[in-house]
Amino acid sequence: MILSPTRPASVSGQSPRSGTRLRFLGIGLGAFTLLLVSVGVAITLGPADVSLVNVRDILLNHLAGADIPIRVSKEAIVWDDRLPRALVAATCGAGLGVCGVILQSLLRNPLADPYVLGISSGASTGAVVVAILGVGPAALGIPGGAFIGSIASFAVVLLIARLAGGSDDKVILAGIAVTQLFSALTSFVVFAFADSDATRGVMFWLLGSLEGVRWDDVALCGLAVLGGIGFCLLRAQVLDAFAFGDDVASSLGVSVRRERIMFMTVTALLTATLVSVAGAIGFVGLVLPHAARFFTGPLHVRLVPVTALIGATFMVWVDAISRVAFSPSPLPVGVATALIGVPVFIAIMFRRRRAQ
Amino acid sequence: MTLQTRDVTWNRGGRLVVDGITLDPRPGETIGLLGPNGSGKSSLIRLLSGAVRPTAGLVTLDDTSLAAISRREAARAIATVTQHADTVVDITVCDIVALGRIPHRGVFGGSRQADTEAVSDALERTGLQGKAGELWHRLSGGERQRVHIARALAQQPRELLLDEPTNHLDIRYQLDLLQLITELPVTTVVALHDLNLAAMFCDALLVLKDGRAVAAGSPNDVLTPELIALVYDVDATVTIDDKTNRPRIVFNPSNRNDRLKA
Repeated sequence: MILSPTRPASVSGQSPRSGTRLRFLGIGLGAFTLLLVSVGVAITLGPADVSLVNVRDILLNHLAGADIPIRVSKEAIVWDDRLPRALVAATCGAGLGVCGVILQSLLRNPLADPYVLGISSGASTGAVVVAILGVGPAALGIPGGAFIGSIASFAVVLLIARLAGGSDDKVILAGIAVTQLFSALTSFVVFAFADSDATRGVMFWLLGSLEGVRWDDVALCGLAVLGGIGFCLLRAQVLDAFAFGDDVASSLGVSVRRERIMFMTVTALLTATLVSVAGAIGFVGLVLPHAARFFTGPLHVRLVPVTALIGATFMVWVDAISRVAFSPSPLPVGVATALIGVPVFIAIMFRRRRAQ
Repeated sequence: MTLQTRDVTWNRGGRLVVDGITLDPRPGETIGLLGPNGSGKSSLIRLLSGAVRPTAGLVTLDDTSLAAISRREAARAIATVTQHADTVVDITVCDIVALGRIPHRGVFGGSRQADTEAVSDALERTGLQGKAGELWHRLSGGERQRVHIARALAQQPRELLLDEPTNHLDIRYQLDLLQLITELPVTTVVALHDLNLAAMFCDALLVLKDGRAVAAGSPNDVLTPELIALVYDVDATVTIDDKTNRPRIVFNPSNRNDRLKA
């Protein structure tokens, strides 16, 4: 192989790599700015008239201790309703996107996402069991039920996959089976035991909803998502190493089994937390990693933060639109993610095909 | 002081795929693993790489059990090229080769300089400099094979394990590859199908059948018509090449057909 004629060194070497580093910085900064602007603009949207200047003043009042006079009703709308809502939307987009990145890497399947592993359907079942059947202590609430349900369904998926041989496609098959099972259980509980009011409330939650989120939800989701992103960034190389399967990862020094368990646990906890607050928001975990790869390439040290930023921005807009589009009655977020996400996804697929 | 096995056995689902193999290469040596399909070559390589644990016996690196060494530490000493390692990820040649640097890097990246040097050296040795920016799914089978070997070289190992690395390569690259690994100052264990390539390039051979060692030693001692008939069930003529003083094997298909008819 030493025999082959040497080609100009500029094709490989350092220059294009430092070029991609600059480009990555640009993309990262751009995406971050876009997210901040999106949150600001999204807050102004809605039936009550709030301007960007109002938003700035209210933020300065609360965060920098300024004392700019502003009407109490506007202040309440922005600070108690729209801002926490936009922030929870952002954490959901970021967190679900990152979970998608993890699962697509570990399971080596571009179609993997948190919902393929049955996590959302388990959450739904947990939620309706609490909401309609009234199982469990009152303090548990719907979010608690959803959290327990999603962890339980995820455990069932892994158990079935393990007993069936443990390969990646077994995990996905088990996930699909368990998703169907828990969806049926949810429908069964709703059909058999719910009155129409309860049904409407639960259905709305099943399709994803950010109605009435509060600052403690922001704190919970924010901590979970930042923790998840930090974990992935510290182990970005491990996610890279799985590109060619477990044996290659192992030969690159990855303790395959331990890393898998850790990443799966992080994914399950993060998804369960987000689902318990915002309901089942589909499609984000599947699509956003692909959109981000289009900008960053496959290496996770870049892919993870950009997926988080793009995911956050995407969800902020989806939530704003779902709030405003059929105002005053809100559209479930899960419906809007799919309606907006699918065309975006198809456009990316076509563009990539042309790029090849 | 190298990668060794002592009476190693792997019982996979009730079948002994590796049965009591002892392998003790000298440092820097190239050892060829021969044997028909399903004889345990790949399984032995997986045991040596530490991807799986033996049911009985020991795999040791510098006299320490491989199971007691962290995967990361092992990966700094041992690089493995398996068969059929494919990906759905849109990743460039350069990035794949750079994966080989993972065991040498800390959480926040190690020496960028050393990484870049190791990667470009590996690309050069495998003749892939011109393909550094190419995407994996656009490469031919032979190029993919070379990318994996480049990735293993970027790992800068002391021990190199190769499972049928000459598959998919045309004859020039088969020869170049084996020339390259025999010249590297690393101990290499390579599973091969081609007996002539094994005879030409390996310092020692280990022949497996049904998971057991049936012959071991220098190519000249091992590659006899009797052994080839025993292991592969084919009739062969072996001569010693004047120039290289290594065995040259010619197969006699007609005799085999006669026997099949009989």
